Amino acid sequence: MKTSEITAAQAGLIGCNTCSLLTHPVSMEHPGHCPRCGAKLESRRPNSIQYTWALVIAATICYIPANLLPVMNTTALGSSEADTIMGGVIYLYTSGSWPLALIVLIASVMVPLGKLIALAYLLITVQRGVKGGVRERTRLYRMVEFIGRWSMLDVFVDTFTVAMVQLKPLMSVEPGLGVVFFAAVVVLTMLAAVTFDPRLIWDSGTEIEVRPVAAPKGHPSVLNEKSHA
Amino acid sequence: MDTEIVACPDCDLLQQIPVLNPGDKARCPRCGHVLASAAIDSHHPLDLPLSLTLTAFIVLIIANTTPLMGLSVMGKTASTTIIGGAYEMWINGEPLTAAVVAFSAVIAPGLFILFMLIVLLAARRPPAPHWVGEMLRWAQSMQPWSMLEVMMLGILVALIKIAELATVEPGIAMFAVGALVLLFPAIMVSFNAHEVWMRVEWDHDAAASQSPPQT
Ligand SMILES: [Zn+2]
Ligand SMILES: [Zn+2]
Repeated sequence: MKTSEITAAQAGLIGCNTCSLLTHPVSMEHPGHCPRCGAKLESRRPNSIQYTWALVIAATICYIPANLLPVMNTTALGSSEADTIMGGVIYLYTSGSWPLALIVLIASVMVPLGKLIALAYLLITVQRGVKGGVRERTRLYRMVEFIGRWSMLDVFVDTFTVAMVQLKPLMSVEPGLGVVFFAAVVVLTMLAAVTFDPRLIWDSGTEIEVRPVAAPKGHPSVLNEKSHA
Repeated sequence: MDTEIVACPDCDLLQQIPVLNPGDKARCPRCGHVLASAAIDSHHPLDLPLSLTLTAFIVLIIANTTPLMGLSVMGKTASTTIIGGAYEMWINGEPLTAAVVAFSAVIAPGLFILFMLIVLLAARRPPAPHWVGEMLRWAQSMQPWSMLEVMMLGILVALIKIAELATVEPGIAMFAVGALVLLFPAIMVSFNAHEVWMRVEWDHDAAASQSPPQT
């Protein structure tokens, strides 16, 4: 593969995040919209570090009540019982389905915590301009992006348990306050993965030798317009 | 053949995509991001994703209109649908959770399939009007929030929990969701967004804000 060994930003170009069209905006500060797909053009996601930190901190705060408050209240024949996320895991384990207990434990407890730690680590290393482990950190970011959705598992478990077990006065299950904090953790960390810009890892982590010949000479406004090779 | 210069979305490195053989992929040499892939059927690259999307559209309607599961205990019976799950959360004092569930289990997958269907139909005869590009962008922004496979696993865990207390029977929607869990990744794998991007007409107002060509 032929590479120019410079980034689009160094060449004064912007690659569209949605359709990957490469454009040469008049102003890098106000590049406007992509002529092909209409997405807002951004060389780097604006205020990426600040937004991501804000979302990570908000998610961390929600993580505590999500784990301490009950996610379900079961009422059966007059007696009622409250279940936290860990309580649900223990229930699955003691009722003999340990593989499911393990899945819920990983998806609901370990993945959200791991995501928060991973995002904080990525933010701190970018802010400090750490040079090493650029590839590994990019891989970590992709993992955070890919795995995030699976934390929603417990929200679905609670929803469909509540929806199914509505056999009043025999037995009913009501959602607990914990579930909304839990859903908030998942949504906030998914948004944090969106606002974090992985290109920042490479901006601070690598020094590409800018070879003067490598710059595309006299490029047209939009490089991809029918360039026949 | 068209070769294209792109900036890697993960590391911003400028590079030229080589001419690809059917089924090939081009990765960024610096960070490994998959930059482009070539369709297996290069003459009709949109036919397979279109038929898969059309199938998913029909299955999605079945999944949302039939019961997900039925439950009976001591002569009492109950059944629920996907949206019924969100509704129960709503009336039990959890409107925010209900909204998250409705969005990730019904709205996001529904809009994704609807937008994809319109895009694939409209892009059959190039050039595709500019709104097709806008709509493909909306479809792509819905995709990460569509969580049918997570819901499927969540329902299975709920079923196993409830099975201790009552007799549970899976409904038609359960099988429909199972089919969708396979259909969604199949659409993503068979669909090459670049095929549509190449056909989309540009917005001339936005293009005017780019610097004029220098030759
Ligand atoms: Zn674009
Ligand atoms: Zn790259």
